[in-house]
Amino acid sequence: MEYSWDFSIVFLRPGNWARGFAVTMVYAVATTVAGLVLGLVCGMVMLSRHTILASPIHGYVQFFRSTPLLIQIVWFYYALPVVIGLNIPAWLAAGLGLTLYMGAFSAEIFRAGIMSIDKGQWQAARALGMMPVQMMRRIILPQATRRMVPPFVNQSVLQLKNTSLLSVVAVPDLMYTGTLLVSETFRPLEIYTALAVFYFIILYPLQRLAKLLEQRDDV
Amino acid sequence: MMSEPLAADAVMVEVKDLTKSYGNVEAVKGVSLLVRRGEAQFVIGPSGCGKSTFLRCINLLEEPSSGSMRVGETAIEFGRGHRMSAREQARFRSNVGMVFQQFHLFPHMTALQNVMEGPVTVKRVARAQARHQAEALLAKVGLADKRDVYPRHLSGGQAQRVAIARALAMQPRVMLLDEVTSALDPELVGEVLEVIRQLTFEGMTMIVVTHEMAFAREVAARVVFMDAGLILEEGSAEELLDRPRNPRLQSFLRRFRN
Ligand SMILES: Nc1ncnc2c1ncn2[C@@H]1O[C@H](COP(=O)(O)OP(=O)(O)OP(=O)(O)O)[C@@H](O)[C@H]1O
Ligand SMILES: [Mg+2]
Repeated sequence: MEYSWDFSIVFLRPGNWARGFAVTMVYAVATTVAGLVLGLVCGMVMLSRHTILASPIHGYVQFFRSTPLLIQIVWFYYALPVVIGLNIPAWLAAGLGLTLYMGAFSAEIFRAGIMSIDKGQWQAARALGMMPVQMMRRIILPQATRRMVPPFVNQSVLQLKNTSLLSVVAVPDLMYTGTLLVSETFRPLEIYTALAVFYFIILYPLQRLAKLLEQRDDV
Repeated sequence: MMSEPLAADAVMVEVKDLTKSYGNVEAVKGVSLLVRRGEAQFVIGPSGCGKSTFLRCINLLEEPSSGSMRVGETAIEFGRGHRMSAREQARFRSNVGMVFQQFHLFPHMTALQNVMEGPVTVKRVARAQARHQAEALLAKVGLADKRDVYPRHLSGGQAQRVAIARALAMQPRVMLLDEVTSALDPELVGEVLEVIRQLTFEGMTMIVVTHEMAFAREVAARVVFMDAGLILEEGSAEELLDRPRNPRLQSFLRRFRN
């Protein structure tokens, strides 16, 4: 049996693709940034020896790292409004799952980055008479951020790919746009191939950046 | 144990009955020591006897379990009911220089920036002035030409000399040196010892933990022998190293002869 490829149908709905691209990018950037901020705060609390605050944060991080993102998104979309008895907008509910997911991974990257700095660096800074905030700002963070950038970039790449899961709750992202087009044209091979190419075009530069940062040898 | 009484200002460091326990391991078991202004006090003893712990207590890198201490005009009591704030501890440490076996230079800063860091960040010295002083200190340890080099491009001996300059930049009352040549290749030991020798000539008060017995004999004003968390013998370098009385010190020294 011979399959005759027809990629022209991919370009059937340019307006939809443009919207899908915009939705994917907005969700990816917004949930990555919000997740990073959340992760920094949680990571700090985990590093402090404030046990009353730290143990629920540890619980959150463990839970979100150990459950499938798809379930988190579906849960936030359908169950959260019921549980809190509030009608939160669908777009927000969908983004919340993604944000908390990014936050959990960021918190761990941040915590591990700080912990990876040699104890001797802390001691040398303390021996000079630095206060904890000075040590962090002048000695620990400048070294730790260089180590944290590659895993953060990797996590952001994953985050952008993970936005494709939003399509299950009818957020009109790239993936959702493609799925609609498939049901209209019955041409899944062409459309999913095109989708893969779209994601690749967005993510390849980011991947290259991550590689460059990893190879940087200034520390 | 001092034979003649000393005027208070002739003593830079005074440690009394200092102890430090980790759980039920007592690493330092009641050590008293007087270090006179401008003198190099050496500390020798077998591995694990508590030399590093003792030194780190003097810098409050470890919090002593009990006892008391005075460095310059600052006196501190340790133990129950005596808590120092983080700020007081930091201020105290800024007056005590520490040099580590493994250098612990800041890898993201050049040699010059390493030396400037303490004065600028802790003492809020103006940058230009701190740079001027740092350049002079690097010249003093023979590394004026390495000012813009990052630590990973320095040899062990050079790194340790930068670390000494970094500690000196704080103009400490006393310098604590913990086996500062032990991590170095043998051919690099000399250049670091030369810098320390220079400091003793200049009258820097120092407490030096070392296994370099020949060096101790040459430059130490006084030596103490520590064993199992206690000072077992103290005296001048000659007394201690050439005419040891304590049998444990005798056997310790015998190992260095061979
Ligand atoms: N953080 C710690 N927790 C528990 N025990 C410790 C700790 N630090 C040191 N000790 C113990 O205290 C004792 C003294 O250690 P210390 O490092 O002061 O010895 P040292 O004389 O400096 O030895 P070395 O010559 O090998 O450097 C050792 O028995 C060591 O195991
Ligand atoms: Mg030691």
